[in-house]
Amino acid sequence: MIELYESQRAMRAMRKAAIQRGVVAVLDVGTSKMSCLVLRFDGTGRFAEAEEVGRMAGQAGFRVIGAATTRSRGVRFGEIEAMAETERAIRTALQAAQKMAGIRVDHVIACFSGAGPRSYGLAGEVEVADHTVSEQDISRVLSACDVPEIGEGREVLHAQPVNFALDHRSGLIDPRGQIGNTLTTDMHMLTIDAVAIQNLAHCVKRCDLELAGVASSAYVSGIAALVEDEQELGAACIDLGGGTSGVSIFIKKHMIYADSVRMGGEHVTNDISMGLQVPQATAERIKTFYGGLVATGMDDREMIEIGGDTGDFERDRRQVSRAELIGIMRPRVEEILEEVRARLDAAGFDHLPSQQIVLTGGGSQIPGLDGLASRILGQRVRLGRPLRVHGLPQAATGPAFASAVGMCLFAANPQDEWWDFEIPVDRYPARSLRRAVKWFRDNW
Amino acid sequence: MRPLIPRTDPAPSRLSYRLERMRLTPIYRRLFRLGAPVLLIAGLVGGYLADAEKRAALGERFADVRRQIETRPEFMVHLMAVEGASASVQEDIHEIFPYDLPASSFDLDLQEIRDLLEDLPAVARANVRIRQGGTLAIEITERVPVALWRTRAGIDVLDATGAVIASINDRAERPDLPVLSGAGADRAVAQALDILAATRALKEPVRGLVRMGERRWDLVLADGKRVLLPEAEPVRALERVIVLDKSNDMLERDLVTIDMRLGARPTVRLSAAATEEWWRITSADGATDNSSGATGR
Repeated sequence: MIELYESQRAMRAMRKAAIQRGVVAVLDVGTSKMSCLVLRFDGTGRFAEAEEVGRMAGQAGFRVIGAATTRSRGVRFGEIEAMAETERAIRTALQAAQKMAGIRVDHVIACFSGAGPRSYGLAGEVEVADHTVSEQDISRVLSACDVPEIGEGREVLHAQPVNFALDHRSGLIDPRGQIGNTLTTDMHMLTIDAVAIQNLAHCVKRCDLELAGVASSAYVSGIAALVEDEQELGAACIDLGGGTSGVSIFIKKHMIYADSVRMGGEHVTNDISMGLQVPQATAERIKTFYGGLVATGMDDREMIEIGGDTGDFERDRRQVSRAELIGIMRPRVEEILEEVRARLDAAGFDHLPSQQIVLTGGGSQIPGLDGLASRILGQRVRLGRPLRVHGLPQAATGPAFASAVGMCLFAANPQDEWWDFEIPVDRYPARSLRRAVKWFRDNW
Repeated sequence: MRPLIPRTDPAPSRLSYRLERMRLTPIYRRLFRLGAPVLLIAGLVGGYLADAEKRAALGERFADVRRQIETRPEFMVHLMAVEGASASVQEDIHEIFPYDLPASSFDLDLQEIRDLLEDLPAVARANVRIRQGGTLAIEITERVPVALWRTRAGIDVLDATGAVIASINDRAERPDLPVLSGAGADRAVAQALDILAATRALKEPVRGLVRMGERRWDLVLADGKRVLLPEAEPVRALERVIVLDKSNDMLERDLVTIDMRLGARPTVRLSAAATEEWWRITSADGATDNSSGATGR
């Protein structure tokens, strides 16, 4: 059992130590595939920290030295369902990645897509203590945010201060040292089911690894697939995964909303499997080879051997036209996109200045998806592929690896979260030295 | 439909996963890549050598191979060539040569041979080397006999450094060499040779030199006259005698000893007959002739 909120600070320290040591693994626990990348940090990134944007968007400091992907087992809707199976899948991926890297990895940063993420916008306001904003003021304003009722059995996964405002000046990135009276902050908080993260932590621990960080898949694939301008001006990233489709909205380089639709590529496969009466594996193969979303006259004539592996090779020579296949796939993809649309509407995406939508994830490789998506989601839709990072094998550069690549970037330069700031002095334990110093300062 | 033969699980077992992780730890990797082979080889070698019989067999084989290489014809020495040695010395060398030829050049200890040869009395210096074609070339520099040294034990032949080269039984064997005698004569051979060189100007034949008290020489002439030479600069003293001989025919006279030990006062001793004669003359002529005889010396 890990208490996620309590251990966030420890995980951050562990991540720092792992990066200092040079090797850390990222693990993407997906519904259909489990991918693991081993990163080596060579220390060049640390010097670029002072700049606004580091060279190569902050990804110069590391290199992928090991990569492995395996079929995921025991995961449904992005949540771990069979612990032992998932543990085996993690072991497979990790061992292969370690073997490729030729080095042992002890720390792993994991991400997963399910567990019902829920976004909250928090606001806090505090009077600045002595006209100049100090670290302590920021800590105080962060802790002054009124936390809504997040529900029983839920944990905070991300809590990022998105915006600072001093008196009437808003949009400050770093208000430290500025002069003002009232400091306000807007914070984005993402909560998930505590059980899911417990299960993940347990699986990772069973593999003799230390969990050095957790991230939401929607968030990290947004980091990887959105280009810098899109992150700055506002965009939504839709990660069409196997069991879930993650939605994340970015503006001013901060995630302001994340959600996930519990539908994905596996549902499409299931539909094909049921519609054509073929096994799952065949359905998956047919989907990836012949799948499409827009039927043309040509597709009526293109016949697909579905060879339904029933053992009766003489009689079972079924064929379907590609148009039929498209007829099965399209309603499900439309349903997914409609659901995404609903989530975006609920988040108020249409009030954002920029309506850019980026589709990524393995599902975004269906031919004709961009046309369909632009009809449902809005005009400005593009297919996104993850950023290129050093040493990534060609096989892992596709959109299906957006969240794995995003985790690399997340590991290299993580965003400051609530727990990365100082603890306000009055929240310290009663016998703390800092508290004594503050009492001394206040009274003398 | 469930397949009859279940598909093998692609996932590594927990144990193999842990082992793999351990193997990838840097220290273990080094241990496996370097330590294990070294340990294995050491174990195999040690296990093989633990048996004394095998060890002996191995040593024998090694020695055998070594012998085979050493006895290749390229390394064999068939012949000994001695240069610069007289027949008797050559005989001696053949006698003392410690190896049986043909022998491998690996077995020949040239330094030892050289030391052995230089221990021979007649050999001053020996060069030993193995020439191409399997010849052991020995170059001998012999000691040159320059004098005979008559002692109580017999007659020794000396070279210029005083080293005894050989012993002879009869003086007549080497009539060309001068004779020295007296204790310690061998330590002053060089001086003796200088003196003898100076005696060439002397008309009288020389019988030899006698070392007196291990510090100075007496020159003995053929007719038994003795010239007592000083410790320092004996050659000069001898030259004085020669000059006196030339001017006064001193050695023609009936003397027993010419004492040159004190440079300022050379002294002669007359023979018994001469003394008698002297007394007779001086008693007939009176005391004045005595002084003139004294000045005539």
